[in-house]
This record gives sequence, structure tokens and C-alpha cells, in this order.
Amino acid sequence: MSELANASARTVIERLRSWNAEAVSQIVEHRGETTLVVPHKLLRAVAKQCKEDPELNFNQLSDATCVDRYPNEPRFELNYQLLSIPRQARICLRTSVSGPHPVADSLEPVWPGANWMEREIFDLFGVRFEGHTDLRRILLPEGFEGAPLRRDFPTEGQR
Amino acid sequence: MTTVETPIGTAKTMVLNMGPQHPSTHGVLRVLLELDGEKVVTADPDIGYLHTGIEKSCEHKTYSQAITLTDRMDYLNPLGNNLVYCLAVEKLLGLEVPKRAQYIRVMMVELQRISSHLVWLGTHALDMGAMSLMLYCFREREEILKIFERFSGQRMMTSYIRIGGLALDPPAAWRDMVKSFIDMMPPRVDEYEELLTDNRIWHGRLKGVGYLPLETLIAMSTTGPGLRAAGLAFDNRKAFPYSSYEEFEFNVPTRTESDCFARYLVRVEEIRESLKIVRQAMDKITDQGPIKAEMPGVIPPQREKMKTEMEALIYHFKIFTEGFSPPPGEVYQAVESPRGELGCFIASDGSPKPLRVHFRSPSFVNLQALPLMVKGQLIADTVAAIGTIDIVLGDVDR
Repeated sequence: MSELANASARTVIERLRSWNAEAVSQIVEHRGETTLVVPHKLLRAVAKQCKEDPELNFNQLSDATCVDRYPNEPRFELNYQLLSIPRQARICLRTSVSGPHPVADSLEPVWPGANWMEREIFDLFGVRFEGHTDLRRILLPEGFEGAPLRRDFPTEGQR
Repeated sequence: MTTVETPIGTAKTMVLNMGPQHPSTHGVLRVLLELDGEKVVTADPDIGYLHTGIEKSCEHKTYSQAITLTDRMDYLNPLGNNLVYCLAVEKLLGLEVPKRAQYIRVMMVELQRISSHLVWLGTHALDMGAMSLMLYCFREREEILKIFERFSGQRMMTSYIRIGGLALDPPAAWRDMVKSFIDMMPPRVDEYEELLTDNRIWHGRLKGVGYLPLETLIAMSTTGPGLRAAGLAFDNRKAFPYSSYEEFEFNVPTRTESDCFARYLVRVEEIRESLKIVRQAMDKITDQGPIKAEMPGVIPPQREKMKTEMEALIYHFKIFTEGFSPPPGEVYQAVESPRGELGCFIASDGSPKPLRVHFRSPSFVNLQALPLMVKGQLIADTVAAIGTIDIVLGDVDR
């Protein structure tokens, strides 16, 4: 099973690299899962390629989430779980953004389902998404200050 | 007619606040409806009323302590939440769970799926005006909750599935209990169908309502019965089997109409399929055998060993004071919850507490298709559409 998954991941990497040699800067294998680290400038183009290349066919974005590596820089790691329903394959795309006011390219133009997932990341981590059509807070009230899922935000809340 | 622009909509339209206390929003969902007469022009779901910061709390608990929080997200599927979290931690540890525990897990989550679908069916029928069905569904759900109570001591927040296996061995008379339930159930499901499937009012309220084409559903990341009612047989239990699902025989019910009625039929059929899985699981579960994996320093040692072995006592103390530390790395584990793909993403930095725990909750993701579903339809259809998405607000807001 895991060999098959790796074979499918190899195809993805080869297809992406033959499309653009810079597309995948690092490959992380962990517990049978493959994560492709993508330069943040290329994120949307790579995502588009993953969706539109008929041999990759990642037609659904399962999940998008952020990890705060505070105090390391670049501190925000964005993880996108891609799912190809016809090929029954998964892969993870990862990119890093830094600074107190991080900005990343929105994947909403590629998968409209990214809308709420990115709003959630914006709400809880304060990462802005360029090209998002409706970037508002989603879980927290509008007047809330701060980004509570950042590691430097106290668990008991700000006083 | 001249129109005046207001912050939302124009003077021709009216903004109606549906919820957060509206009974058919199943909790505390607020939908801002922009209406042109009875027709919905736009719908904007407003969520977060039940946000409790579970993901943040997980970061400040050890891996085993966080299990109790997962119960409280999707409160109609606590065992499924336990399962996805434990599977993710086990993946992080590279831990293999004994077969007996895997089969018991399958049986429990399938019972949970039935109970969740029963609550859905009962409350949805109630929303549509068929009050008696709710009483029948809750009557049968009660039997499932009694089984859970026997297994774990709790009716709802069971925390029965633990990292590496299960909390307790099944109780002595479990076979009789589960058997009498699955024998009782099929005729009861026929009864529900008799009340609804050919009912003209039910047809009138659901057929052709909340339609979305398959491509839109895929693009909006919808999963679960909503996707299967549009004709795509995608199920994580088949596509990415976990907990030995590959050893079970069951069908993935699909319809092609992609309206509220098709979603109803898919869910009823899923109850029958789950009963088949529970029956198979009962045959596979042996009377004797381990219910927990063995991994010193991670899985608490057996009570007897602690009385004779020094290491066991030390490990016991260490596990419950500082916890265990999985190697650094990230994993994503997906399971098929009654509502769709329930995912758990965990990032470990090698410390006893997770760096990040994220739940990809199916209710949250499926709900974002609501504005598309109700556009141009009547207010009453909005109620039907919200119902058949089957949201649990605890799962949406976490």
C-alpha cells in the first residue's frame, strides 16, 4: 500500500518538475505521506497545475491549515491537503510565509472550496490571502483583536 | 423603480436574520438572508457562536489528554472524533493496533453512524413537519446509547477509543445487546421509509430542492452523503481504508439527483449498510485478545505488570505526569464520519504536547455550499437545505 502511494507521489513530483524545474523545492516523506514544499511565489501556479494536469487530477482540496513555528522564521507553514478522487490519491503541498503580517496567494481561484478554509486561517493566524474574494473573520467576532492560534497568543486569552 | 444601495442588498430586497436561535438551524447557526419577496437572493452563513478554541486547547495538553476534547466537537459522532484523533497520533508514532481492537472500533463507529443518521432523520423530518418520526428515531437511538453506556460508562462523551487501542474490554453481555439491536433495526428502517419515502408532502418539500451539480460540489470540497447523492461513490472507508475497513463488505449507496430527497435516500441506505458492517464486525471480534497495543513509554502498562516490574511502574508514572513524545513530523488522517471527510492534522515538534492539532470538520466545509444551494429558492427550502447538509454546530465551530 505504502509503495503504491510513493509511486503515485513520484509521478506527481516528476510531472511537476518537468513542467517547472523550480516547482518543488523539497520533498518530505513521513509515515507514508508525501509533502511537497513549494516556493510561496509559485504556490498558486503549482496548485493549478496539480488540478489541471490530467495525469495528476487533484480535483478537490481536502483541507488547508497553518502551523506556527514561532520563534523560528519563516514562522507560518501553510499545509494544503490535495485529493484526487478519480485516482484515489492524496498529497500535501506546503509553503512558508514569514513576518508579523504574513501574506500568501489564495487558492480560491483554483478550488473555490478554499474560501472558508483560508478565512479560518486568516481569522485564527492572521495570514492574509491575496486574491481571496471575501477575506473576513469567520469564527471569531468582528471586533476581536489578535490571532489566537499563534503560539505567542496566551491560551488563557489576552488581558 | 429606483433602487437604493444599502450595506447589504438594495431597497428592493429585504434582509432577514435567520437564527442563531431558529429551531431548524440545529444549534446556533445564523444565516443572513437577502430576500426578494419569498425568494432568497443571497445567503450568508454566520458561524462561530460555539467556537471554544479546541484546537488551541489541544496544544496545551498531552497527546492522551486531548482525547476528551475531541468528543465535544461533533457531539453526534464522538467515537468518530476519538477515532480520527487516535489514528493520527498512532500514525505519528508508527503504532500498530491489535486486530481485535480495530474491529471493536469499527463496530462502535458504525453504531455511532447509525445513531447520528437517526438524529438527522428525526430532526429533519421534524423540520419538514413530520413530527412523529422524531420520536421513533430517538427511541432507536436510545438503544445505541445504552450500548455505549455499557461499553464505556458514558452515553455520549465516551472517550472510549484511546491511543493504541480502547479504554476497556467489552462488557460481558455485549454480544446479546448488539445482536438484539441489529436484529430489531431493519424492520424499523422499513417503517421510517413507509412513513416518508412515498409521502407526497415529503416529496414536495425535498424533491428538486437544494440541487447542486456534481462539479460544483467537488469544487466546494463537499464530501459525504451530499457528494454521494450527486452520483460519486467516494467514501474514505473504501478509498483510503483505515482500521481494517478493507476486510468488510459493504456498498457505498449513491443517487444521481443531487437534491435533498436524494440525500435522504442515501442516508437511509447508509443505515442499512452500517448494520451489515456491525454484523460482520461481531463475527470478527474474538472473545479473548488484547485491546491495546504494546509500546513501553507510550501505552500505559498492564496493572499486573506494575506490581511486579520496576520499568512498568516507572513508565506508568512518566506517561501520566509528562506524557510521551512522538518524533517530529506532520500527519494527516482522514476518516469517513456520518457527515463526510473528518480529517485530523497533527504537527509534532518532538515534545510531549502537540505543536498543532487541526480538525478538518465535514460540517464546516460542507456548510460553505449552502449559499449556492439556496440561491433563487424559497425561505422554506433553505430550511430543507440546511437540514440535508447535516451540520452539527459543535463540529462547525470547534
